[in-house]
Amino acid sequence: MTIDKVLEIADMRAVYTQALVDAAEKNEKIVLLEADLMSATGTKPFFEKYPERAFNCGVAEGNMVGIAGGLSASGFIPFANTFTAFAARKTYDQFYITCNYALQNVKLVGSDPGITALYNGGTHMSFGDYGLMTTMPQLTVVEPSDRVSMYKLTQQLADMHGNCYLRIHRKGAETFYDASEEFEIGKGKVLRDGTDVTIITAGMVMVKEALKAHEILKESGISAAILDFHTIKPLDEELVLSYAEKTDAIVTFENAQRANGLGSAVASYLAESRPTKVTRLGIDDLFGEVGDLAYLQERYKLRAEDLVESVKKTLNK
Amino acid sequence: MIQDNEVKELQKKAFEIRKMTIDAIGHLGVGHIGGAMSIVEVLTLLYYKVLKNIDPKNPQKEGRDRVVLSKGHAGPSLYSILADKGYFPTEWLYTLNHGDTHLPSHCDMNRTPGIDMTTGSLGTGASAAIGMTLADTLKGFTDAYTYLIIGDGESQEGQIWEAAMFASMKKLGNLIAFTDYNKQQIDGYTQDIMSIDDLNSKWTGFGWHVQRVDGHDFRLLDRAIKNAQEIKERPSMIILDTIKSKGFCYGEGIVGNHNMSFDKAKAEEAIKILTQCQGE
Ligand SMILES: Cc1ncc(C[n+]2csc(CCOP(=O)(O)OP(=O)(O)O)c2C)c(N)n1
Repeated sequence: MTIDKVLEIADMRAVYTQALVDAAEKNEKIVLLEADLMSATGTKPFFEKYPERAFNCGVAEGNMVGIAGGLSASGFIPFANTFTAFAARKTYDQFYITCNYALQNVKLVGSDPGITALYNGGTHMSFGDYGLMTTMPQLTVVEPSDRVSMYKLTQQLADMHGNCYLRIHRKGAETFYDASEEFEIGKGKVLRDGTDVTIITAGMVMVKEALKAHEILKESGISAAILDFHTIKPLDEELVLSYAEKTDAIVTFENAQRANGLGSAVASYLAESRPTKVTRLGIDDLFGEVGDLAYLQERYKLRAEDLVESVKKTLNK
Repeated sequence: MIQDNEVKELQKKAFEIRKMTIDAIGHLGVGHIGGAMSIVEVLTLLYYKVLKNIDPKNPQKEGRDRVVLSKGHAGPSLYSILADKGYFPTEWLYTLNHGDTHLPSHCDMNRTPGIDMTTGSLGTGASAAIGMTLADTLKGFTDAYTYLIIGDGESQEGQIWEAAMFASMKKLGNLIAFTDYNKQQIDGYTQDIMSIDDLNSKWTGFGWHVQRVDGHDFRLLDRAIKNAQEIKERPSMIILDTIKSKGFCYGEGIVGNHNMSFDKAKAEEAIKILTQCQGE
């Protein structure tokens, strides 16, 4: 599909599926695994187009990821989908041993990141998946924020040899980038430049709120750079360092636990290389719960206004 | 034998529970209607006839019979029952899945009075039920039962079979489990996604006492539970032949009836149709 057409797709899951179908057309080694969430992830088009390369494992996530490891050991490139909560918690040992420790090439994909599990509630909310996944040695962890980055990064992950964890937003979609924008795994993106403070964030809901915050801050005379860290791991240290030098203040903002995620990676890196004032915004030491997006954003302080307030505090304004 | 008038009462109750559940989900506009509707009879029989020592005013009463709804997404029909029995005000049903609710989509023992175990990640409830059965034995509550309800799709999880092995090895006669064999999961028919056949011989092979009955028939259900209670040295599995979305006409007999969106008007329509069927 041409990238212009991708911009018309309504849901991020459908962009992901389209990227997968297009990648599979070029590379016959790409296979797909589901664990009874094909309808949720929206990968039916792949099942229809490549029935012999798509496997629904039933409600058995651990088995699915183990099977993916075996397929990879035989030269295939498996994408294995489930909700982030189950990807991170239910398949952790299988993904660790059969895929990561075994140095395979498995793409574990989780949808409904963080609070976007909405009405599925606490059992389905993965606040700790950044933490769990980034502790796996050498694992690439990616969360695209919009249609363009989703389409392009998914295809790059298919081409890249090695395991990865891809965290995807499911329903609804945004476009933050020009269709011609190019991405590199491990290299963050400057979505808005700024001189007073740097906001480092990732994922659709957070980037959208950060862009709103950028405008609100502008009205208060604060120039905030917005960096989209679509790759959580490996951390783009170079970009972190250059913006620490440029703005001398960093606020991280993530749809995940404040501990062990993007913010703590940024803070740890800077503590050792260039001590800089860092404020980490994200979910406190709390479990998830049910609600609509507005309620949950308020509950866990993930709104543009929370970010604005935090930026002002960080800058003593 | 259960009396005819008792069966009539239970049927009436099940009808009320279905109406309340459709109404609550319709109020929000979306929910796991399919799997909630298929277990209405077994829940009704348990809560209105079978469970001993339960007290809505004292939901934590020691030594009571307990229920683990391992397919935790079916919470809404259980919430209707708990409300009807007085564990909490009926108005709470309209807060289903709202922010800060006592009634989240998946069963939560810390939020909802009367819920005995937190579930929602499939496969986890069977082990928890075993732990609770063991605890009753350790505490000397020798006639307390734990009733466990799992889904047929859920039975694809490996943990179910780890639990199955343990329960028979440890001769947990006070554990009575049900499989809601509605033949469907999210992505389609269990048969097409990941077959769990032959379910009878699987559980028999794991050392359980196994029965299979029409899960919407109170007489058969009641007899099966009585039989299971007679079996002292083995855990029991009662496989329920059920219909996913039973009683919610817009979901019956279709794929895609797991988590459905419908508004209040459609809920009313469905309740009207259900009422007509009930009258026949
Ligand atoms: C570990 C886990 N994986 C996936 C899900 C998402 N999920 C919720 S219900 C369901 C299907 C369950 O099928 P079944 O047990 O047959 O339930 P029923 O049809 O009775 O509703 C799935 C995959 C989950 N809740 N937990």
